[in-house]
Amino acid sequence: MFSQVQTVSVLGSLALLLVILEFVRKGRLAEEFSLLWILTAGVLLVLSLWRGVLDLLAAAVGIFYPPSALFLVGFGFVLLLILHFSTIVSRLSRENRQLAQALALLRAEFEEAKERK
Amino acid sequence: MNGSGEGIVVLVPAFNEEETVGRVVREAREALPEAAVVVLNDGSVDRTGEEARRAGARVVDLPVNLGIGAAMQTGYRYAAARGFRAAVQVDGDGQHIPSEIPVLLRALEEGADLAVGSRFLDRPSYRAPALRRLGIVFFGAVVTLLTGKRFRDTTSGFRAANRRVIEYFARHYPSDYPEPEAILLLCRAGFRVREVAARFRERGGGHSSITALRGLFYIFKVFLALVMGTLRRPPGAEE
Repeated sequence: MFSQVQTVSVLGSLALLLVILEFVRKGRLAEEFSLLWILTAGVLLVLSLWRGVLDLLAAAVGIFYPPSALFLVGFGFVLLLILHFSTIVSRLSRENRQLAQALALLRAEFEEAKERK
Repeated sequence: MNGSGEGIVVLVPAFNEEETVGRVVREAREALPEAAVVVLNDGSVDRTGEEARRAGARVVDLPVNLGIGAAMQTGYRYAAARGFRAAVQVDGDGQHIPSEIPVLLRALEEGADLAVGSRFLDRPSYRAPALRRLGIVFFGAVVTLLTGKRFRDTTSGFRAANRRVIEYFARHYPSDYPEPEAILLLCRAGFRVREVAARFRERGGGHSSITALRGLFYIFKVFLALVMGTLRRPPGAEE
């Protein structure tokens, strides 16, 4: 029988998964960035449905109240996601810098070419 | 040919320096009549670009403010693409004295790949604010430790680079507060970096782009970058 906390966590992770998939379908979330999100929601859903694994996990790391282990796993994935985004932001800002530089140099070259005419 | 500045480009990074950039450009053209003077207008919202053009500089307008490192690199890309044999960095705020440029160029002729104008070598004419002075001393010590070569003024942006360094900087240049990192990068990649004594002026106008809190942030940022720069293989070192 599902306990209250289990029902909530199943519904919660199911909702998260559906929202993610809907975003991907609509093109609001690119496939390559959605994978880590789908993995996060999927793992949360499996651990919510399958209490045995969660209990084992909780016992293994010494957590007395197994649903707390779910928070731990969820938190770990959230950290992973944020780190992932930080790497993406770093890459984007580097590429943005290179684009701005290229644009500025092209404009200067254009100006010079116009003057020469 | 050397005294006139032929084949030399003077790179002037400027962010909202309308009061001083014109004078810097004129002084640079006076010091090196044959040199090209290029102002790297880093997304200024004042009349920096106009003042620089009026003074006779070529202006590269960055569409947004990228920070001094990326602006400087834009200048090195400009210099690399046009085949200049040497590039001199002179800040747009007027603290560097263009008539001192020949001191830097002489160091290049004597075999240095990068010459850094230092505030503290034998002519102590420069009085800096306390926090800035602390930063200078701190990064001097860190870079000295990490390179094993004595450096006093690693934060100085008054520099001259030869052709090899121009090409290297066009590809690899640190961002934000790049001066100490650039020295470390070159030393690790096997270039010869030399400090030479130069006179400096107090800032002629405008405002420093670094406030106390940002200063602290940059001290940490640059320190981390220096340590990481030591731990990773320098880019392009294999050639």
